[in-house]
Amino acid sequence: MAAYRSAAGFQRVLHAVKTFDKILIANRGEIACRVIKTCKKMGIKTVAVHSDVDSSAVHVKMADEAVCVGPAPTNKSYLNMDAIMNAIKQTGAQAVHPGYGFLSENKEFAKRLAAEGVSFIGPDTHAIQAMGDKIESKLIAKAAKVNTIPGYDGVVKDAEEAVKIAGEIGYPVMIKASAGGGGKGMRIAWNDEETREGFRFSSQEAASSFGDDRLLIEKFIDNPRHIEIQVLADKHGNALWLNERECSIQRRNQKVVEEAPSTFLDPDTRRAMGEQAVSLAKAVKYSSAGTVEFLVDSKKNFYFLEMNTRLQVEHPITECITGLDLVQQMIRIAMGYKLQHKQSDIPINGWAIESRVYAEDPYKSFGLPSIGRLSQYQEPLDLHNVRVDSGIEEGSDISIYYDPMISKLVTYGKTREEALKKMEEALDNYVIRGVTHNIPLLREIIVHPRFVSGDISTKFLPEVYPDGFKGHMLTAGERRELLATAAALYVAAQLRSQKFLGDLRVSVVPAESRQWELCVELDKGLHMLGVSRSGNNYTVEIDGEKVEVSGEWNLASALLPLTINGKHRTLQCLLRTAAGEITLQYLGTSFKLRVLSKLAASLSKHMPEKVPEDTSSILRSPMPGSVVAVSVKPGDNVAEGQEICVIEAMKMQNSMTAAKAAKVKSVHCKAGDTVGEGDLLVELE
Amino acid sequence: MATYTVGQIPYAGALTRSKVLQNARCYSVSHLSVQERIEQKRKAALTGGGQLRIAAQHKRGKLTARERLELLLDPDSFVEYDMFVEHRCSDFGMEADHNKYPGDSVVTGQGRINGRLVYVFSQDFTVFGGSLSGAHAQKICKIMDQAMMVGAPVIGLNDSGGARIQEGVESLAGYADIFLRNVMASGVVPQISLIMGPCAGGAVYSPALTDFTFMVKDTSYLFITGPDVVKSVTNEDVTQEELGGAKTHTTVSGVAHRAFENDIDALLNLRNFFNFLPLSNKDPAPVTECHDPRDRLVPGLDTIVPFESTKAYDMLDIVHGVLDEREFFEIMPNYAKNIVVGFARMNGRTVGIVGNQPKVASGCLDINSSVKGARFVRFCDAFNIPIITFVDVPGFLPGTAQEYGGIIRHGAKLLYAFAEATVPKITVITRKAYGGAYDVMSSKHLRGDVNYAWPSAEVAVMGAKGAVQIIFRGKENQAEAEAEYVEKFANPFPAAVRGFVDDIIQPSTTRKRICRDLEVLASKKQTNPWKKHANIPL
Repeated sequence: MAAYRSAAGFQRVLHAVKTFDKILIANRGEIACRVIKTCKKMGIKTVAVHSDVDSSAVHVKMADEAVCVGPAPTNKSYLNMDAIMNAIKQTGAQAVHPGYGFLSENKEFAKRLAAEGVSFIGPDTHAIQAMGDKIESKLIAKAAKVNTIPGYDGVVKDAEEAVKIAGEIGYPVMIKASAGGGGKGMRIAWNDEETREGFRFSSQEAASSFGDDRLLIEKFIDNPRHIEIQVLADKHGNALWLNERECSIQRRNQKVVEEAPSTFLDPDTRRAMGEQAVSLAKAVKYSSAGTVEFLVDSKKNFYFLEMNTRLQVEHPITECITGLDLVQQMIRIAMGYKLQHKQSDIPINGWAIESRVYAEDPYKSFGLPSIGRLSQYQEPLDLHNVRVDSGIEEGSDISIYYDPMISKLVTYGKTREEALKKMEEALDNYVIRGVTHNIPLLREIIVHPRFVSGDISTKFLPEVYPDGFKGHMLTAGERRELLATAAALYVAAQLRSQKFLGDLRVSVVPAESRQWELCVELDKGLHMLGVSRSGNNYTVEIDGEKVEVSGEWNLASALLPLTINGKHRTLQCLLRTAAGEITLQYLGTSFKLRVLSKLAASLSKHMPEKVPEDTSSILRSPMPGSVVAVSVKPGDNVAEGQEICVIEAMKMQNSMTAAKAAKVKSVHCKAGDTVGEGDLLVELE
Repeated sequence: MATYTVGQIPYAGALTRSKVLQNARCYSVSHLSVQERIEQKRKAALTGGGQLRIAAQHKRGKLTARERLELLLDPDSFVEYDMFVEHRCSDFGMEADHNKYPGDSVVTGQGRINGRLVYVFSQDFTVFGGSLSGAHAQKICKIMDQAMMVGAPVIGLNDSGGARIQEGVESLAGYADIFLRNVMASGVVPQISLIMGPCAGGAVYSPALTDFTFMVKDTSYLFITGPDVVKSVTNEDVTQEELGGAKTHTTVSGVAHRAFENDIDALLNLRNFFNFLPLSNKDPAPVTECHDPRDRLVPGLDTIVPFESTKAYDMLDIVHGVLDEREFFEIMPNYAKNIVVGFARMNGRTVGIVGNQPKVASGCLDINSSVKGARFVRFCDAFNIPIITFVDVPGFLPGTAQEYGGIIRHGAKLLYAFAEATVPKITVITRKAYGGAYDVMSSKHLRGDVNYAWPSAEVAVMGAKGAVQIIFRGKENQAEAEAEYVEKFANPFPAAVRGFVDDIIQPSTTRKRICRDLEVLASKKQTNPWKKHANIPL
């Protein structure tokens, strides 16, 4: 049953039923790779499509054939239906798997495929259309006796109407794009003012993301959980529910950590949700894999949110606990086969957790995109019960054009505790260099007492980190472990720098020193340490407490597997300079330390302070992206918090505001500019 | 002529008496034993210019000459010379007792850095502003002579206000004595200057003659004439920092090779840098213990060169990927950035890296990058350090600025340096190797030992567009001709079939190949014809 729990699980040869000879995957990145893997197991030839910047991407290398469908921007390549239709003709693919995003829920694309006699591996046009429109889907759900959220079922014309409707439903309300998904074009409003602003932002985002600016409004359920049911339906009217996925840990309405099953559902609620999901699927004559999303309040009341008519990002955790390969099932269903399983065949075996590893800076609003080249990259695949779905490799570029997801890291265990422990280990052993990533945040979430106890909601992050994420807070014991590791690493490096091979002109070090007095700086605090060494074992004395650190001290390895006071810990050394700076990743967070000899430390007090740049009057771009609008010009007076410009990155619009009330001195950007992280946007006086 | 009794000339008498008394105080310490006098002198030497001046030095954010040496050298390894030397000036009151400091304004001696011998001098700003007296120069010359005799590097820590004006020509003679030794030692032992305070006037030529000049940011200056003189002569208003600070010399003038944050940072980095260097021209490049597997594959290199030959990438990504532990001590990182040079290790062995940087000015060669590269190559050759060259060069930079500036003679320097070098030379062509610049960049024709091409390499006289415009001038079907040219020349084959590259290699195997070649080439012996000295186009 655990066939899909690990990459190795894919080794099992899937049932050799006749399906397609060749499938084109109209997607990129990890999901394209994921689909190709199953195709390979099923003996199906694969065709990748790619933009010009993706021409050496992993999915292109994995596929049997590859066709370039245009330049980097998605609307010219991965959303370019003409080019993709040509690629299908050119390669003779019989079917298309759309993955998620891009054209996966585009009824136009499904129609064009049907017209050409090419199978779409997903539901038919009718279901896509019905469920893709939030207004229509709600009506259908109501009719199918699915619990729905109170709200306005029509399209909202303008901001004023939005305010009026909001008043009728009662605050808080949620404004969202009718064509939307993935949190884009979605805003919550608590008063009239916010409703107007939300309306403006949402319609802009909806227009740019989906080419459809219709919005709707509904009652906002405060503090809910986001739990979704995976369904699987064939073309013969059969449908199954494959249990739930708990997706409450979100930032800006985008999922970060998911698990299956949920700690919150009892068997009765689970069955009730599953049955409603299946009845909705049947009501729209759904076929293929789909997901019915629910909001669940603290009293276990659940409300239909939307149905995603595609393979979900977080599908691997369902595969882990059910043992099914959802891509394989989708391909079979598209070929017209009946479901292989009955509802009673669907188990919940063990527990699976998924962390979405993103190239983004978790210290800025829980994650602002970052870009760069993966100079070093190593997935923790040598660990048992770990699955990594990724579409990148060492040397890949994370660009501004596409989603900044690096991978989906999935761990599995017999129990939730086991899966969580494994996740800690996997995150600690995951080597990512060259881009900023969110492992610090992921590593904190999975050990947070509220998360561990299952007490979560979609507001988890803002509630747990009201002032923003600040990284791991060290306990006194952890601080000592960290200091001791830095000191031991420093000494190991110092000792090695005295080892010259075959050089007779090196003075014989008089009885190699075994004692060191060091000063380690961490967060501006200075610590005097005594270090003694015997072989690879270091004893570090800090404020009268002893810490024993031992390991292989391979100074070239990205990972630093150590035994600290008898406990196994894997740290990573991110930086080690000649001047004693050492940056260690410890418990997910990277800490900057500086190790100096006692002498150097005592002389440090004479070193001049370098004055850092005053940033309150300078507005810099917090991420790479493009400037959508600039609202000020030189000479304007701005109030604190007033919007200065809007930066769009990864299809998200971010409003940049003034840090203080001041006069605008100069503006260094204009609408349409592409800006990099740290680029100067506006200077205030 | 009047006769006087002694008592009649009280003034003269008083003068004589007081002089005797004074002399008794400073030269006749009969109430102290020799041992006590030694102790007293030693103590005085160790405090330099005294506590007040030490405090002032600290207040400027600078360490004292002795503190610097303590940080630079292994604990307890410093052996000091000439602690009792004093200046010999007797004018302007300099002969007075309080104007004599045992050791004068420089601390000299030898010590160890990670167990390896080094000769050092450290100028003491607390004594007469570190000014250079005859005695001061003599002390420096003594350790330089010995360093050359035993074959060990010389490190100078410069912090000096300039010539000891009271000594006049003796001070100038001292400078010249040092300059001469700098020149004699050049190519015999590595010489490094770390500028940790002012260094002005004639004094600047000693660092300029050494192999490497490093500076400390915000507290060190190098200039021929200071801002005041500049103002009076040219009426230019310029600050010390703008005229000769670390930023100026590491980005604009190319006088300094690197700058560090402060004294401690600089000295710790210098220790690290020292580990790359051989002790002398008779010693091999050092080999340290290496934890990075020599046969490590670097998968990221297979995708680093973009398909479009006009698109840039960062040569440092290649360099870091290939080296031991991604450790690269870059020389002149902020000057002539279109060429990258620096030290690194391959399987523990020191190597010199030269690479064109496509990210800056397309990686073309111009005046500054040629001179930067040439000097680095010559250092490596002088001190037995193998040279690894990564080539992606579209050619020499065209234009009047370059031609008027003498790109022909400056470009010739790099050509000359690569050609005369007899150390192991390994070359990897990652993409473009166009025109004369192909020849220059350690090509097979200049005695490259192992020359590789990546599959993305294009060795040709010029890019396809330009070539086609010349070959098919006025003809139609330029696009077709261009495609033909690309097919024929924009790939590694034309060079490979002629044996101008030894192999076409998968980029991810580059590290493995270089490590293996270096092992083979370790015993390389090659000599140039006898000559008094060569005549590099200066």
